[in-house]
Amino acid sequence: MAVEKAWTDRRIENTVGNLLRAGVSISAAVVLCGGIIYLVRHGLAPADYRIFHGEPSDLRSIRGIVWGAVHRRGRALIQLGLLLLIATPVARVAFSIVGFAEERDRMYVAFTVFVLAILVFSLVGSS
Amino acid sequence: MNTLEFTALVGLGSLIAGLLGSLTGLGGGVVLVPLLTLLFKVDIRYAVGASLVSVIATSSGAAAAYVKEGFSNIRIGMFLEIATTLGALLGAFLAIHLPADTIAIIFGLVLVASAWVSRKPRSLVERNLPPDPLATRLGMNGSFPDGDGTRSYNVQRVPAGFSLMFVAGGLSGLLGIGSGALKVLAMDQAMKIPFKVSTTTSNFMIGVTAAASAGVYLRRGYIDPGLAMPVMLGVLAGSLLGSRILVKAETRWLRIVFSVVIVVLGIEMLYQGLSGRL
Repeated sequence: MAVEKAWTDRRIENTVGNLLRAGVSISAAVVLCGGIIYLVRHGLAPADYRIFHGEPSDLRSIRGIVWGAVHRRGRALIQLGLLLLIATPVARVAFSIVGFAEERDRMYVAFTVFVLAILVFSLVGSS
Repeated sequence: MNTLEFTALVGLGSLIAGLLGSLTGLGGGVVLVPLLTLLFKVDIRYAVGASLVSVIATSSGAAAAYVKEGFSNIRIGMFLEIATTLGALLGAFLAIHLPADTIAIIFGLVLVASAWVSRKPRSLVERNLPPDPLATRLGMNGSFPDGDGTRSYNVQRVPAGFSLMFVAGGLSGLLGIGSGALKVLAMDQAMKIPFKVSTTTSNFMIGVTAAASAGVYLRRGYIDPGLAMPVMLGVLAGSLLGSRILVKAETRWLRIVFSVVIVVLGIEMLYQGLSGRL
């Protein structure tokens, strides 16, 4: 029993490792593409981050970001890459639910669902 | 300065921060925000947003390598993530309501404190501790590869560790840092988890913690793509480079130099915050 449990843990950890690596690589690639488009178009504009304005609403919502990225807007593409990056640990948590469920560990399924709920609330929650 | 020059310089600075952070094990996020606010005159809210994103990138990148080695304990990590993600949400909400000066002062204090903690020698974790009833119920006790065989350990003082993790999450969400040092402290000193297990599990948790506050930051418009792009790519490239080099012999001096840099930046952040210049 103990051996079998350890084996499942190892298998989960391997898959999680691959998932994390893929998430980071894909998001870095998307950010890079968006960055090139952004710099080609706006590279000569002055850069000023002294005063905080907050981002426009289309770079703050998942919907707005996806719309902008589809229309190949540089800043929206970067933001999509960052969104994929934020989603990577979220996907890791979601995947762990499956792992704990396979081990029939109800307590940890509950803990993991709770953590996932916090993460989802943070991304799409009210306000 | 135009956008092209700004991007190149911020990218280079982030690469160096990521490289030093990875070589010294002190994390690059901790110097990023001071670098952006003090040197590049970026508003601290944008700086925290960009730093948080880079923390997710390096943590996930490093965790990908660590999990396969079998040191990290996913049960300890997941249970403590309840505390860190709740703390991170609270930290992100505080960041929205606190004035920039106050955030700079807290940042300065945390920098000085973290340099102080990292220079103190760790007290060694006692081995063969008796199992703790709560930790046993939570299925936290585990084992890890050590030399030829495996070494098992019994986790202690879960409530103390959980509380420290809540604070670590709060600081991460408020300041856009990984709080890796505090997470390791909570696990290895409070919960008596072996150092190697603590560091790898902490790395595993940093990304999830940062994601909890990054969502709030993104929706509030604190994450600027033009700034986050060079920061994320720079730090990621720097930390990957750092993990390739691994010049073990030189890291002791590097750690001392980096700690001094952290203290200087901390004092400067404190000064700027107290004099209301940010």
